Amino acid sequence: MNRVTISADYCKGCGLCAAACPRKIIVLDSKAINNKGYHPASVIAPGSCTGCALCALVCPDAAICVERDA
Amino acid sequence: MVVFERPRSLSPLPFHYCPGCTHGTVHRLVAEAIDALEIERRTVGIAPVGCAVLAYDYFECDMVEAPHGRAPAVATGVKRTRPDCIVFTYQGDGDLAAIGTAEIVHAGARGENITIIFINNAVYGMTGGQMAPTTLPGQITTTSPYGRNVKTQGYPIRICELLSTLDGVAYAERVAVSNPKNVLRAKAAIEKAFRYQTEGRGLSIVEVLSSCPTNWGMTPVEALRWVEEAMIPCYPLDVFKDTGAKGGMNK
Amino acid sequence: MSQKVLMKGNEALAEAALRCGCLYFFGYPITPQSEVSEYMAKRLPQAGGLCLQAESEVAAINMVLGAAAAGVRAMTSSSSPGISLMSEGISYLVGSDLPCLICNIQRGGPGLGGIQPTQQDYLQATKAPGHGDMHLYVVAPASVQEMAGLVARAFDVADTYRTPALLLADGALGQMMEPVDFDAALSVRRDLPEKSWATTGHGGKRKKNIVNSLYLSPEALERSVLSRQERYREIERTEVLCEETDTADAEIILVAYGISARICRSALEAARAMGIRAGLLRPITLWPYPRAALLRAAGHAKHFLVVELNIGQMVDDVRVATQCHRPVSFFGRCGGMLPTPEDVLAEIVKIHESIREEGA
Repeated sequence: MNRVTISADYCKGCGLCAAACPRKIIVLDSKAINNKGYHPASVIAPGSCTGCALCALVCPDAAICVERDA
Repeated sequence: MVVFERPRSLSPLPFHYCPGCTHGTVHRLVAEAIDALEIERRTVGIAPVGCAVLAYDYFECDMVEAPHGRAPAVATGVKRTRPDCIVFTYQGDGDLAAIGTAEIVHAGARGENITIIFINNAVYGMTGGQMAPTTLPGQITTTSPYGRNVKTQGYPIRICELLSTLDGVAYAERVAVSNPKNVLRAKAAIEKAFRYQTEGRGLSIVEVLSSCPTNWGMTPVEALRWVEEAMIPCYPLDVFKDTGAKGGMNK
Repeated sequence: MSQKVLMKGNEALAEAALRCGCLYFFGYPITPQSEVSEYMAKRLPQAGGLCLQAESEVAAINMVLGAAAAGVRAMTSSSSPGISLMSEGISYLVGSDLPCLICNIQRGGPGLGGIQPTQQDYLQATKAPGHGDMHLYVVAPASVQEMAGLVARAFDVADTYRTPALLLADGALGQMMEPVDFDAALSVRRDLPEKSWATTGHGGKRKKNIVNSLYLSPEALERSVLSRQERYREIERTEVLCEETDTADAEIILVAYGISARICRSALEAARAMGIRAGLLRPITLWPYPRAALLRAAGHAKHFLVVELNIGQMVDDVRVATQCHRPVSFFGRCGGMLPTPEDVLAEIVKIHESIREEGA
């Protein structure tokens, strides 16, 4: 299972990852707030993540780590 | 198996940049290049005056903070006295294309073997969105409230084209980070600009079209779209000089 | 027997710098100091160093900043208008705690001014060489031999206290030729602290170094400024230099530095020959200023005559140093005009007569 971890403290809720995700499975989590008061991005359907890492590529805060199962 | 993670030579400190500001993206690309070439231990970065002044906290290599516009001169002082160091400057358009124009032109003319990372976001960011030499004709900023009038406020300066006429410049490419494909091309260009320095080719400059959501008054996504629809037509993405390319391509 | 060489001031200053390990010179042509870079352009490559002519004085001082940050001895030299262009860079060098040597071979000012020798940059050098709470260690030679000696001292003080040093001379000293004995000039050396703060690439062996003068937090900036003040107090306590000639029994004490001190020395001899008890107090460090020596002299002198090649800049420092115990008058020429010893003697005689009338 591919895994995308978005560090809540680095994320500023800018939305670029959500816009770039081809599967449209990243949203800004309006229920969560990080230490800077932003709604961090979160992956809503990890199962359908292809591990393409476009989200991490465009993230301006290097907040996203992507793992692909071998 | 990890396919993407925070580069080692990027410090763990969160950036102070505004949400969606692509300074952060370019910082990461620079750090990835430093990691890829395994040069962090001998790299010295020169931070500008501007939004990226705090870059000296964001890279794990030694850093020097330069007066506004003078990073290429400071870099010259470091490189000429420590030739084994890999020296890069990270500068905005107010820093490089306005007050520091003489310094970048003459560093190029002297063929200083340094790497210039030049962020073009069409405004002065740190001071609140004033007009810069790279502001587009008609673009509204806090000091061109009626839109930049070329008759009284002049025309945009295309730095890569300008520098590519200098024999001391080994590599000049303009890229953008407005979408994943462009980010990958920017990554390759930045790594090449550092690699050329390790090969002693002379001055390399990568101009990165970058967004400034806060001062442009746009969302981060809209800002990147504006880069593509408004900035790229004025600042075409291209390789303007590459002495290392097969046949030493020179536009 | 160490060997004497006949040399121009500008060249002796350059040779001395090279001999005390300064292998990096960044400059820009400007009369009357261009010989410094010309000399360095010839000599530094022979010594494995670098002489780089920048596109402007602004770029030159910033190259010095880069070199100093990289932990090497570096210098620049210029003249009055060029030093004005360098003032922002000089302030950054101070704010970043970087040692280096800056030389100002003064010419006529303000503006383009003239190319003849003056001392019109005294206030710029000692009061506000750049913005912010800062000082430079300022030395003022009065001979070609002293040009060489003070270069060595300036570098040592700069490295000891991590501060830029300024050598303040003038077109006459820069252009005149006198014998120089470099072994004597460079005989006094100190052991200097390691430059572990330099940005040379951490080599994986230390944490990263940052050379920087930005402190966005006011508390941090205040700490940085106050810690520098402590170093300034230490410099004021230990690094003052001045030379006194015939001041012990003097009624009239001339106060002059650099080239004007030489003119005063001739006037002094003539005055003594006329039975007038005159003396000369010559500041060699202009910052830190020899206040204590002046206050002591004010204990017995009746009158101070300050002689400068400007319209009166150091004169106020003499009034402050002597706490206005005694009258302090001024005599000087500006624009590049040089007073003759006879001009200075005439002033001494006038003062002498005024003292006689008061006494009678």
